[in-house]
Amino acid sequence: MEKNIRFRLNGKTINVTSSPDRMLLWVLRSDLELTGTKYSCGEGFCGACTVLVNNEPVLSCQFPLEGVEGKEVLTIEGLKKNGKLHPLQTAFMQHNALQCGYCTPGMILRAYSMLLKNPEPSTENIVDAMEGNLCRCGSYNRIIQAIQTAARTMRGGTS
Amino acid sequence: MKDDTYNFTLDRREFFKLVGGGIVIFFAAGNPLTLQQRRGRGYPEDFNAYLRIGEDGRVSCFTGKIEMGQGIHTSLAQMLAEELDVTLNNVDMVMGDTDLCPYDTGTFGSRSTKYFGPPLRKAGAEARAVLIQLASEKLGIPEEKLTAKDGSIFAHDDSTKKASYAELAKGKKIVRHLEKKPPIKHYSKHAVSGNPTDRMDSEQKVTGEAKFTGDIHPADMLHAKILRPPAHGATLKSVDTSAAKKIQAIQIIQDKDMIAVLHKHPDVAEKALGLIKAQFEPSGSTLDNQTIFQHLKDSAPEGNVVTEEGNIEDGRGLAAKKFEKAYYNHYVAHAPSEPHTAVINIEGDKATVWASTQSPFRAQAEVAQVLSFPQEKVRVITPFVGCGFGGKNQGNQITEAARLAQLSGKPVQVAWTRKEEFFFDTFRPAAVIDIKSGLNSANQIVFWEYHNYFAGDRSSQPFYNIPHYRVLSMGGWGGRSGGGGVHPFGVGAWRGPGSNTNVFAIESHVDIMAEEAVMNPLEFRMHNLTDERMKRVLSAAAEKFGKSFSKAPSGKGFGLACTDYLGTYLATIAEVKVNKNNGEVRVERVVCAQDTGEVINPEGVRMQIESCITMGLGYCFTEEIRFSNGRILDENFDTYEIPRFSWTPKIETVLVDNPEMPPQGCGEPAITSMGGVIANAVYDAIGKRVFTLPMTPTRIKEALR
Repeated sequence: MEKNIRFRLNGKTINVTSSPDRMLLWVLRSDLELTGTKYSCGEGFCGACTVLVNNEPVLSCQFPLEGVEGKEVLTIEGLKKNGKLHPLQTAFMQHNALQCGYCTPGMILRAYSMLLKNPEPSTENIVDAMEGNLCRCGSYNRIIQAIQTAARTMRGGTS
Repeated sequence: MKDDTYNFTLDRREFFKLVGGGIVIFFAAGNPLTLQQRRGRGYPEDFNAYLRIGEDGRVSCFTGKIEMGQGIHTSLAQMLAEELDVTLNNVDMVMGDTDLCPYDTGTFGSRSTKYFGPPLRKAGAEARAVLIQLASEKLGIPEEKLTAKDGSIFAHDDSTKKASYAELAKGKKIVRHLEKKPPIKHYSKHAVSGNPTDRMDSEQKVTGEAKFTGDIHPADMLHAKILRPPAHGATLKSVDTSAAKKIQAIQIIQDKDMIAVLHKHPDVAEKALGLIKAQFEPSGSTLDNQTIFQHLKDSAPEGNVVTEEGNIEDGRGLAAKKFEKAYYNHYVAHAPSEPHTAVINIEGDKATVWASTQSPFRAQAEVAQVLSFPQEKVRVITPFVGCGFGGKNQGNQITEAARLAQLSGKPVQVAWTRKEEFFFDTFRPAAVIDIKSGLNSANQIVFWEYHNYFAGDRSSQPFYNIPHYRVLSMGGWGGRSGGGGVHPFGVGAWRGPGSNTNVFAIESHVDIMAEEAVMNPLEFRMHNLTDERMKRVLSAAAEKFGKSFSKAPSGKGFGLACTDYLGTYLATIAEVKVNKNNGEVRVERVVCAQDTGEVINPEGVRMQIESCITMGLGYCFTEEIRFSNGRILDENFDTYEIPRFSWTPKIETVLVDNPEMPPQGCGEPAITSMGGVIANAVYDAIGKRVFTLPMTPTRIKEALR
């Protein structure tokens, strides 16, 4: 049975009419054509599809549409504000913390959610928080550095 | 020099139509580009195949290569910007588009910089020379008194007398023939090439704007999911699609061996596929991970000699100590972040294909054949590719999408699930290496007999000083070089094909001899090397590492391995800690010194080395495809574990300066030493050697027993 589901997506209220048990990943990618969120493993083992629901990271390939009803969803497309890149985005660029770039949206959103809770993470904190996100290109060390740089920028209030 | 009226061939006209308006300047240095040249095997002579200067002065660089993370999007732009004297941010890259780009066999083998770089540089130099000619006419200043800089041509003595590329290009529709081809710049004059440069594609990738194949949505596109057998070799017996048909707006296509469900949403198509009831005849394969190595040896074809020198029997006679060991490695998956995906849109007699492929021109030929279209009516566009590692040299998803688009009359996307990705992967082959060798009383290697079963022969040529050696290859890594029909599923090129297995075997064996020689691994290698380039990378790595080696096993957990990968030399040193209770290894630190000839983007080379080291840890410790009776038992990352954040060691890279040598490849070399260096480090730590990759905790505990 289809249902009308209302939620906020990247700051805008939207309505989606669909089966409530469909996974959020496909609604974002196929129905809404927001393709920044990626499919990679489809079973919650890699983190590529990570988005935020009320600032909590969720694996959108495992998260049903009905779960976002009345909530705030943030995808990679919503991170840039008024044409300005988020400090995490600039730090990833600065450190060349990506290669193929396929896992990058999930990495950035996972890091974003961690920094909300822990603005001054140690390397160990970062590894623990990011451990479920896989990067086959092996950019892990650079991603850790990028997150540290972004955390410093955000604490400094320059953004 | 002469001006021609613009004489388009059909191909040219198509080209200009495709790249859009504003084509204002056009030079030709040879015969106009012909279809034959573009479809031929070699790179074209005409530099228009490589670049265009627009009315705004921006330079477009065309290459049939693709970007899958390795960074040529940036380094090729650097090479062109250098020769053409424009800033890097004025170069736009157009990659892997079969209608716009010069023919290319594909992006693999660390070949882009090495083989595509030189013609690209020549094209840039030639375009610069033509711009100087045009400026000379416009400004009334002799060519020899003009210089190109930052996208303009300046008079030497008066920098106010200048013409920008945009001005020179404006309103022009001419063909120029250069009588003499200009030389490319000497590396000492480089300002853009050789500079550490950030990736040019990163802003698109951090914002989610970068398009991968699955992100392409032509209007009315359907997602197709295809019924798959449970095992390689299993055949369809019966099928019942009645339950699937009940899903609203579902389309089911049955065509010969293919049964597909199509829907506008991929998850709905997947759900419908799950409702299809199918029965299969089981696979005839009885092989599994336990029986595979014996099977390979039993199935091996007669060996061909890869290289030999002297006489093995004479060498054996010289040996005071003899060694004989066998080395094994299991099947390894590519596991790209982005599974194989293709989108195809057929409009009239023309098909447009978007594909995650390392070989767009091969895909073009395959689609043309499937659709019965002439090749020039198939355009393959390659968006960003989410990892390749050789696994995307081929992929049936492209022809599957083509067939379904033709049958359904709609644009179709086929995107493999992770399970399909593991099932249809062309794995790095399981392989066996037997080595016999000997040392004389002066601890020199006097003979080396190398039998390679199915690894592939790359990097199997000895670079140590050995008077008597013979390297035999019994079955290659797949494709034309052998292995066909022997493995229970597809095998193929995997980042550094052949070399990972060979370097593991060679460098493990060298360490075994070093111990018998009562020498430390560095000392023993130096003692048996005269190749100065190899000695230099070894010294550079040892210097950076800063700690001294002792005869193994020292308990320190230090390992060393070196190799020559198609002209790139490297030495890697690792420091590990082994937990003897549970067999787990923690890699603390890896140092890699690499001589890759002239370096175009030092930052890019470092990224590739780091990538190789990190990814390489997977095949060292966990990556092994488990299979049985044609079934692939690993279907996702829960059981097929790849490196994670917590695995990553401290990585230090040294780029050994060698600008006189033309640039060599760097996407693969540093991964090939990982098996060897880690095996040696583990041995140094625990005094037991593991002869099989991956060195799982179970295998390490067995070795300790």
